[in-house]
Amino acid sequence: MDWNTLKGLAEEAEKQKTSLGNLVYRGETEDYDGPELDIYERMKQNWLVMKEAVHTGLNKPQKSRGGMIGGDGAKLHIYANSQKTLSGLIIEGVSRSLAVAELNAAMGKIVAAPTAGSSGILPGVLTMLEEKLQPEEKKIIMSLFTAAGVGSIIAQKASLSGAEGGCQAECGSAAAMAAAAAVELSGGSPTQAINAVALSLKNNLGLVCDPVAGLVEVPCAKRNALGAANALVAADMALAGIVSVIPADEVILAMGNIGRIMPETLRETAKGGLAQTPTGIKWQEHFSKL
Amino acid sequence: MAESLSSFDIIGPIMVGPSSSHTAGAVRLGKMAKQLIAEKIKEARILLHGSFRETYRGHGTDVALVAGLLGLSTHDVRIKDAFKLAEEAALIVTFEPVDLGEVHPNTVRFLLKGESDRELEMQGSSIGGGNIVITRINGFDVEVYGNYETLVTVHQDRPGAIAQVTNILSYYGINIAFMRVARKNRGKLATMIIETDQHIDPDVIKIIEALPAFTSVRLVEKVI
Ligand code: SF4
Repeated sequence: MDWNTLKGLAEEAEKQKTSLGNLVYRGETEDYDGPELDIYERMKQNWLVMKEAVHTGLNKPQKSRGGMIGGDGAKLHIYANSQKTLSGLIIEGVSRSLAVAELNAAMGKIVAAPTAGSSGILPGVLTMLEEKLQPEEKKIIMSLFTAAGVGSIIAQKASLSGAEGGCQAECGSAAAMAAAAAVELSGGSPTQAINAVALSLKNNLGLVCDPVAGLVEVPCAKRNALGAANALVAADMALAGIVSVIPADEVILAMGNIGRIMPETLRETAKGGLAQTPTGIKWQEHFSKL
Repeated sequence: MAESLSSFDIIGPIMVGPSSSHTAGAVRLGKMAKQLIAEKIKEARILLHGSFRETYRGHGTDVALVAGLLGLSTHDVRIKDAFKLAEEAALIVTFEPVDLGEVHPNTVRFLLKGESDRELEMQGSSIGGGNIVITRINGFDVEVYGNYETLVTVHQDRPGAIAQVTNILSYYGINIAFMRVARKNRGKLATMIIETDQHIDPDVIKIIEALPAFTSVRLVEKVI
């Protein structure tokens, strides 16, 4: 079978009547010479830290290290719980993702997924779905393997690093990973899951990495928030049966190509984009005077 | 999974934010220095270069480096309190912005003094994703990544010195993954960096330390 494309993985999973996550999990245990349980337990450890991060982020909001952000995840969470929101359930995933991204910026404990800068998206989406769907724990752990499988192919075919490929590679990949995990957690098929990857990633193509003063704060935290929204909507679209005209594997290659021609000023150097707006420059000057 | 990427390279590691290269990598660099000096540190001058110099406060690189010197791991939530912990440990820390020339943008040089006045100069860079490389130890140009258990020796540069060590290691069934030798002047002092697959027992270190040509032998564990 073809482990190097999402299409290959999805076809194999469908043939075996299993999920992408299960397939990735089994591949992982084959490469591994310790007891099988360890692989599961290790991922479970990641999941527990993700849950803890959501909890801490929402309940103990702190100012970020640089001081530009903090407390917005909690604010959004309160808002979502006190009135009918425009975006329904989505905002609950979004508030959690934002809270974790803020916790990361405040030197809290997170799980890089795939990076620290984009570490809010998966936990926000998955903890919200856990609450709404109440799946057994094993299903969530397997959905993390789904996300890991997607991320691993993106890493091989494109990039997961903002410095290399812009924010499309970080928050864009995280959203695509979360979209696939959300589809599987909701009972969608492997083919639907990879369609969610395509739909999600297409809408983040070209997203640049332009952090103000070079810190993982602005726009990073809010990109996690809207990355979660993107993931949930893409998952719903795929579950509805919408098929991306450009297949997921080709979208990933396009993302890699765009990253390669993206100017260096827009790849984590803080030399362009939001970092060079009047407000961005003001913050930068503030830090250089510290 | 395909190639060498495991699921845990994608989901993970568990770490303290905000940035794997500015925080996790910085902790690991500090931890390497702690192991190389191998005694309680009383003074640390920390020279910061490039992007480390520009953003160290906002990224918490400063506290992360100190946390590493104190031996905390990259996922310890006390990293952000490292200055307070340093004070409690009577460790005096100063930071200096510097230009170290043509080196990686995330580079730090530690100038450490231990409780017995032992000194260590170590320079290293955080090269992305939490990975690090140590490029200089006490004036020797080296290349240590901290992904293996690593033996770092200083010895007289004379014939047979290296073979003595490799023989001892092979006698104890320790396989060498990578090895590099560097020296300042021919026939004077040299350093040897040996990364191994197996754990090296403290007794084996003692045997190597007892060799007449060897002035210093340090074991650096894998840093996480
Ligand atoms: S803007 Fe850059 S630093 Fe911020 S999350 Fe996106 S890729 Fe990471």
